[in-house]
Amino acid sequence: MADREFRAVDLAAERGDRRLFEHLDFTLSPGQLLQVSGRNGCGKTSLLRILSGLSRPAAGQVYWGDEPVQSIDGGTGSCLGYLGHPNALKEDLTAEENILIAGGLAGGRPSHEAVLSMLASLGLAGYEDLPVRFLSQGQKRRVALARLLLQAKPLLILDEPYAALDVQVIDVLRSAIEAHLSRKGMIVITTHQVVDIDGDCHNLRLG
Amino acid sequence: MFRPLFALLRRDLVLALRRPQDALTVVGFFVVVVALFPLGIGPDPEFLRRLAPGVLWVAALLAVMLSLERLFSDDYRDGTLEQMLLVPQPLGLLVLTKVFAHWLITGLPLVLISPLLAVQLNLQADEIVMLMLALLLGTPILSLIGAIGAALTLGLRGGGVLIALLILPLYAPPLILGAGAVDAVMHGASAQAHLSLLGAMMVFALFATPWATAAAVRIMLD
Amino acid sequence: MSERGIQWFRFTAPANFYDLAGRLIPWFAALTIALFAAGLYLGLVVAPPDYQQGDSYRIIYIHVPTAWMGMFLYVLMAVYAAIGLIWRIKMAEIMAKAIAPTGALMTFFALWTGALWGRPTWGVYWVWDARLTSMLILLFLYLGYMALHAAIDDRQRASNASAVLAMVGVVNVPIIYFSVQWWNTLHQGASITVTDAPTMATIMFVTLMIMVLAAWMYSIAVVLARARVEVLERERNARWVQERLEDGRT
Repeated sequence: MADREFRAVDLAAERGDRRLFEHLDFTLSPGQLLQVSGRNGCGKTSLLRILSGLSRPAAGQVYWGDEPVQSIDGGTGSCLGYLGHPNALKEDLTAEENILIAGGLAGGRPSHEAVLSMLASLGLAGYEDLPVRFLSQGQKRRVALARLLLQAKPLLILDEPYAALDVQVIDVLRSAIEAHLSRKGMIVITTHQVVDIDGDCHNLRLG
Repeated sequence: MFRPLFALLRRDLVLALRRPQDALTVVGFFVVVVALFPLGIGPDPEFLRRLAPGVLWVAALLAVMLSLERLFSDDYRDGTLEQMLLVPQPLGLLVLTKVFAHWLITGLPLVLISPLLAVQLNLQADEIVMLMLALLLGTPILSLIGAIGAALTLGLRGGGVLIALLILPLYAPPLILGAGAVDAVMHGASAQAHLSLLGAMMVFALFATPWATAAAVRIMLD
Repeated sequence: MSERGIQWFRFTAPANFYDLAGRLIPWFAALTIALFAAGLYLGLVVAPPDYQQGDSYRIIYIHVPTAWMGMFLYVLMAVYAAIGLIWRIKMAEIMAKAIAPTGALMTFFALWTGALWGRPTWGVYWVWDARLTSMLILLFLYLGYMALHAAIDDRQRASNASAVLAMVGVVNVPIIYFSVQWWNTLHQGASITVTDAPTMATIMFVTLMIMVLAAWMYSIAVVLARARVEVLERERNARWVQERLEDGRT
């Protein structure tokens, strides 16, 4: 899937006057997963936002292959998918509409069947046509994950993807992550839960 | 290239249709403000007619301004704005699309309802036509400039009031030209110059403001 | 880059700025006092009354310098803000923020003196004269800039966001000015304006220039002082601040 490395070089982040972290380096090769851990407020979310190109680092640079992420043609969104704390769903649209529109915006609209089977695999069969505001927190999270997985980006950046998910769905998500890695995808993830993932996993501890 | 923009436009319009009360509130505000003016200044038809261009324009301007807060804040709160930054499209174009949708939902209804209010304020037919023309050229400017203020106040406490302070001074030129156009027709003069300048301003705003708004969105989401 | 360029950038380092500004501020303050004293003496005592407006014209010695300063400082603020935003130079951000209150004050004085001058000249305190109206809108732009800066907690974000606003504002200032001017001619506004001092005598002109210089010196002194405080606040964790605090140099 991916043919390039994802690298962070001498990265630093600040919040207010406080340095969250500095001199952070890592290289992620295709098929690898990087789990970012650390206590609350140590800058995990800040790091993920910097990696996805949403925030500018206080120092350092993030590279996709040899290119700095900011200068990638078409923006960082062309190589990575990002799932932050908010689910980025429109409450008034149905699960399927949300996914289709997000796909349309990203330039790759998934087919109706692909959406249905993805939603079904995440245990949302029968909920496709319900406005998202009628879904529970965990179900909304699953819709957001379905949207992300359908966009099939080489690099996935996931901020607490397991939050609000029950055990069976965590299992489904785990196998989706493993499948992504086995297709030579890359993943950067933060989580509080311990979920054993079969693959080339690395750990990065902040703070 | 235009398909993603079209998807965004459709999304915003569908969302507006599913919650029509938002757009209707803006029109309602416009109508009520204009209806309050005669109560404040007296019912003399000739006097009302003289004040009508300014009253209608100020009311329209305030109505647009009130609606601005929602332009980005919903998308900001649920995280879709963040995802828009990752879309492989120039953010300026996405912003422009959103502003266009916003204008279709709020600006255009104001233009369409304005003749009704103009009749209440005793404007004549040719003046009403000019009013609609001026609003048609002017309300997009209001939305375009206002988007900068909406972006700059994303996530701030008291954002709505702050938008007013940031944006209303910038509304002076379209207000002068728009109300002036109707005034000119009322006094039997040509409104050609007003309309040309208003048109020029709209073109300028169309090209310049989306980038400022995009920069502001990026800064506020950084 | 040339050597001069490197020299110049030396002062963009906060510590160097802090020291240099500390040395310069007393000089500018002294110049301000001297020029104001001289200008006010010349303007109120030496200069003759105007044959048309009598003594009331003397308010131009305050009105004109403050009005010029108010307009110039807005442009300068926008330039600093743009430099800070585009090249991420911290000192430029600090300067932009430091200029705003002084610019607003100058604009306010210009409006106030304009209103005071209007009373004996037009018989009313406020006339919707084109220049006064533009100045009023300029004051609103300053207030908006400061309000936005104050409303955002994160310092970097506050600087960047208000920089965008300042740049939008500076593009709009000429548009606002010309549209207000146009509006005014259409509506047959007042025929004399504050700056219409007819056939200005040499002494009047010299006095005016002295007052303009005084306004400059005042602005420089106050802006530098405010920027200095801001530098200290932003860099309070930096080593150079600790060093200076230990030395007892403030």
